[in-house]
Amino acid sequence: MNALVFALVFWLGAWALNAALARSRWHATRPVRIFVPVLFGVTLLVLWEGIVRGLDVSPVILPAPSRVAQTFVVSTDTLWLDFRQTVLKGALSGYLIGCIAAFLTAIAIDRSSFLTRGLLPIGNFVAALPIVGIAPILVSWFGFDWHSKAAVVVVMVFFPMLVNTVQGLRETDPMQRDLMRTYAAGYLQTLVKLRLPAAMPFVFNGLKIATTLALIGAIVAEYFGSPIYGMGFRISTGVGSLSIDLVWAEIAVAALAGTVFYGLVAWAERLVTFWHPSQRG
Amino acid sequence: MRNTWPVLVVLGAIAALWYLAVAPMNIRGALDQAERAGAVVAPETPKARQEVSVWRLMIDNPDHIAAGYSLDRPRLPTPVQVGEELWKSTVGMALRGRAMSKRSLIYHGWVTLQATLWGFLLGTAVGILGAVAIVHWRVMDMSLMPWAIISQTVPIVALAPMIIVVSAQIGIEGRAIPKAIISAYLCYFPVLVGMVKGLRAPTVSQIDLLKTYNASALQGFLKLRVPASLPYLFTSLKVGIAAALVGTIVGELPTGAISGLGARILIGDQFGTPLAIWAALVAAAILAGVLVTLLDLLQKITLKRMGFRQ
Repeated sequence: MNALVFALVFWLGAWALNAALARSRWHATRPVRIFVPVLFGVTLLVLWEGIVRGLDVSPVILPAPSRVAQTFVVSTDTLWLDFRQTVLKGALSGYLIGCIAAFLTAIAIDRSSFLTRGLLPIGNFVAALPIVGIAPILVSWFGFDWHSKAAVVVVMVFFPMLVNTVQGLRETDPMQRDLMRTYAAGYLQTLVKLRLPAAMPFVFNGLKIATTLALIGAIVAEYFGSPIYGMGFRISTGVGSLSIDLVWAEIAVAALAGTVFYGLVAWAERLVTFWHPSQRG
Repeated sequence: MRNTWPVLVVLGAIAALWYLAVAPMNIRGALDQAERAGAVVAPETPKARQEVSVWRLMIDNPDHIAAGYSLDRPRLPTPVQVGEELWKSTVGMALRGRAMSKRSLIYHGWVTLQATLWGFLLGTAVGILGAVAIVHWRVMDMSLMPWAIISQTVPIVALAPMIIVVSAQIGIEGRAIPKAIISAYLCYFPVLVGMVKGLRAPTVSQIDLLKTYNASALQGFLKLRVPASLPYLFTSLKVGIAAALVGTIVGELPTGAISGLGARILIGDQFGTPLAIWAALVAAAILAGVLVTLLDLLQKITLKRMGFRQ
């Protein structure tokens, strides 16, 4: 029980510290803004560890974080192999193909207001559909290796990206376009110098949504058939063979990959759209 | 309604492309079938045909292209085939009085709908409570908000089999609860973000006005913040219910469920009946459309009665 009591005390202490920090006059400074959520995350881990140890939860049901960390260190080779197969080959290539295709399609249909009006409602509708269900069909079309995973990812990221880009390209107001007109700018110049920069906040919104979808697509597609490695494969077989700590290590990799992926896109967004009010803060 | 005509044209174009794609996708299946029926096709064996591109096969065997449009197990079914299968497994079953049989998509849709609605309720409740806490306590804002964002970058599908195993181990019967948890996980985030924005929507002068009325914090919350947040709430509810449906189907897909639209997709994959997969996919799309449309109607009615400008 000691571990559980310690975890609860740690939790109360951390909470009191966080509350005090949030109320203090340093609450807006950068170190505090980072420290508070980090302490919150650490508290969750300590609570988890405390509950598992204090209540003697079987590692088959829920392994403690320390045990997961051990497994993580021991099986880095396996994890790296799976990471390469699922994230680098499946998710990333699908993400790039899908996003670039959607971006180019958006620029192409943007020239015709008829097409835009026709495609935007459809794209919005499709973006809300459970497209992951298409995974078994694409796996049977493209085979078990990473190509089918990339195909699922392409289909999943295409529509959110398309809708956001098309919406972004409509962001300029008539005044700005008229100004470009008075400069005698052609279609291409207006596009590159005015409309694409104005569309960037929307484009990045689409890119950020797509990062999560890409990982979901690549992992789900592996449940329907894959070579004998890959994160989805390892998770589904790991659950079956009760090597739950390896499954959690795999989940940790997925979480880390998802967060880093998202963070990279958010970082690129800050570089590209530094002029936007939401970035200046 | 000025968008109706363009939408119809684009849909028509998509259907036309679909029909065109059926021919190359299904030519191999059509030739296999013709060969088994005794017809002479070029090249003669399936193995030799593997070496040849689909375009070459179509040029060499123009008579057999049409057969690709009516295969039993097509790689790509035509829209009409999908529609027929959907009709057969919904209205057709209902007409025979077996709407709730295991082979009816109405039954599976109902199972999925239930889990979606539970997940939606749970996710919405968590989202709204979280938003209220975040708006009222700065410490919640600082510690919870970053983790809410990080939670969405974690691919939930990785957790889905885990959630089901753990809930089975601690004695939760059936799949309804784990499925609802997964769909709530995807659904709470848009609601949380929308509600935080909505509850912070009142301007300083509005809050000051309530102070001059000597309104308590609770009164200020109920009479100013909640009404002001409703437009935001409905917008995020529409995103949330679509996400909840995705979550339910993801919860059914990889885990060996036996009922629900996701399970139909899974079973269709295992038994090699592509038409069943496509019908279940279309049924899921219809379900998503109906749910979002219902919320949209509710939004229009509520906001109109509350006097918001549309």
